[in-house]
Amino acid sequence: MKIAILSDVHANREAFQAVLADCRSRGVDRFVILGDIVGYGPDPGWCVDKATELAEAGAVIVRGNHDQAVATPSSSMSSTARTAIDWTRDALSPAQKLFLAKLPLSVTEDDRFYVHSDASAPSRFHYVSNAEAAALHFSRCGARLSFCGHVHRPALYSFGAGGKVTSFAPSSTVPIPLLMQRRWLAVIGSVGQPRDGDPAAGFAILDTDSGELCFLKVPYDVEETAAKIRAAGLPDSLASRLSKGT
Amino acid sequence: MPSATLQPGSRIDGFTIVEVAHRGGMAKLFSVSHPDYDFPLLMKVPAVGGGADPATIVGFEMEQMILPRLSGSHVPRFVASGDFDQQPYIVFERLPGQSLYHRLEMLPLGQAEVADLGARIATALADLHRQDVVHLDIKPSNVMFRETGEAVLVDYGLARHLHLPDLMDEEFRLPYGTAPYMAPEQILGVRSDCRSDIFALGVLMYFFATGTRPFGDPQGMKGLKKRLWRDPAPPRALRPEISKPLQEVILRCLEVNPARRYPAAAQLAMDLKDLSKVALTARAEKIRRDGLAEALKRRFNPDPIELLKEKTAREAQGKAPIVMAAIDLTDSSVDLAEELRLTLQRILDNTPNARIACFNVLKINRIALDKEVDETGTNLHVARLVQLKHWAEPLRSPESTITHHVIEAVSPADAILEFARQNLVDHIVMGARAHSTIRTLLGSVSGAVATHAPCTVTVVRRRSKRGG
Repeated sequence: MKIAILSDVHANREAFQAVLADCRSRGVDRFVILGDIVGYGPDPGWCVDKATELAEAGAVIVRGNHDQAVATPSSSMSSTARTAIDWTRDALSPAQKLFLAKLPLSVTEDDRFYVHSDASAPSRFHYVSNAEAAALHFSRCGARLSFCGHVHRPALYSFGAGGKVTSFAPSSTVPIPLLMQRRWLAVIGSVGQPRDGDPAAGFAILDTDSGELCFLKVPYDVEETAAKIRAAGLPDSLASRLSKGT
Repeated sequence: MPSATLQPGSRIDGFTIVEVAHRGGMAKLFSVSHPDYDFPLLMKVPAVGGGADPATIVGFEMEQMILPRLSGSHVPRFVASGDFDQQPYIVFERLPGQSLYHRLEMLPLGQAEVADLGARIATALADLHRQDVVHLDIKPSNVMFRETGEAVLVDYGLARHLHLPDLMDEEFRLPYGTAPYMAPEQILGVRSDCRSDIFALGVLMYFFATGTRPFGDPQGMKGLKKRLWRDPAPPRALRPEISKPLQEVILRCLEVNPARRYPAAAQLAMDLKDLSKVALTARAEKIRRDGLAEALKRRFNPDPIELLKEKTAREAQGKAPIVMAAIDLTDSSVDLAEELRLTLQRILDNTPNARIACFNVLKINRIALDKEVDETGTNLHVARLVQLKHWAEPLRSPESTITHHVIEAVSPADAILEFARQNLVDHIVMGARAHSTIRTLLGSVSGAVATHAPCTVTVVRRRSKRGG
């Protein structure tokens, strides 16, 4: 089974569409979305509707901090993020808000654990941005494979028999064998606001038959999304960062 | 421990154990059979549990990740692997014969044999590096040969795939490797530089040509690090019958700074296949080790060496191509020759580590093979070589990176293709024949080369002045 794992769509319709089209061409069987469907971007309504449609067809979707902030404003957000969330709240219908509010914080399925941030405190939204943070996750989670987002930069951590955590920054689309005897935590890059220096939309595909994970990037019409962000009156920095992938 | 129960007749996942083939510190090798495979098979079972070195498990995991991703004649063919849940193992093709380790008691070998072995190993390394893998444990016991002669590199327990997680690097602080063969940067913890394998091959060739290991077999970090400042005795000081070109090649492989070694294994293979074309430098002339004062100065005031970051190492791949410039000196117009040279210069400017092979075919007739000397008594071959050097002379490039080759052949296209295959050429640059009448009569050489070449081909054509 091929599972497409997406995260941090951030209301970027063009990026979301490009990734979905690419997944279909690769014969993906299932979709997982690791949260933050909205926030920052100009098309929250369309993206929530698309996610709802995927969920009805069996997709696993978990809640991110931006999804949560629509109903429950967060004091820890940057002013830019807060401005965008306030705008998003007005742009969404009650049904769309309800969909976001009812998303679970984490989902376990077979040997796989899905969460927006990490297992140590899913509702506190810690960032897994180094081996120490990954070690904390491994200490709280027994699943063989864990997947999270939130960081917007892809990474892959493993925990072996020696008790040490290894870290790796994916550098190509070469499929990575997730060896059975290790536990793995994959930080999936962002669909809608990548910060790995490459503006293309990031996601990953897990092949459960071969046990391999493939980090992928798909280009989309960045200029179109940036123009929409500016037209909506959202902070300009949200538009300009997209073309740099930062 | 599960592996203790494995014995002749045991079956795992359809494989039947035939016999123990080798008992090593890190793993046991069994010859096995399977009804679906009609070639000899080996099963490697790691020695885990008890007092086993933790590196054993990680090394086994690395091999499990890397071996299935390799292909081609220079690696053992991967068949299957089993996990730690039941019985950890890897099954791959069993190669015929013995490793180079069994030649150690016959050392030193003659120069021609050392160069031939070195060329075959370098060719295998070029293929491995092209697949983004650094071996990091090149030594006699890890080199085998197919019956057809190709070198096969075995044991990927210390290897690094540049696009897969490096479990070895994260798990251990101390560098892992085989002491006599480890490159200086490997000792300093770099595990992503293909030139580390070129260093190890240099150690192997030095050892095989002289019978002595260039840096001994040190134990401990202090001894290992000595090679960062203490140069080995030049091979010719130990065995004067070793030629200057071979010493040049070996000492270039053994440069402390990887930036001063061959930038790519294919370039090393090319030199070893024809030592007469090796450009000699001070390395070839060296007759004794540097004085102790000079060595100590290096020890306490080391020259900086290039320690590649992973990202740079990935980008360095493919930046040292072998470029073959095939020029037709009889037919080409002055304009076309100039255009061809400009194209080459652009390549050199963009890839300073490129190796340029200027190539010309001295066409001979099938019947008359004896026209080596023309009426005026000038050797045609020599005359052509002079012409070729004259044509290449304006190219601005470090001396050692341009060589000139004149080959007698009936078919220029076949000669160009054969040279490209033999020397792992990455890029052929050649001119298009100017006159369409000749092209119609003889067929287009560039067309044939472009169709059949194993690499990129650039066909240079002068734009018509009439805009046609």
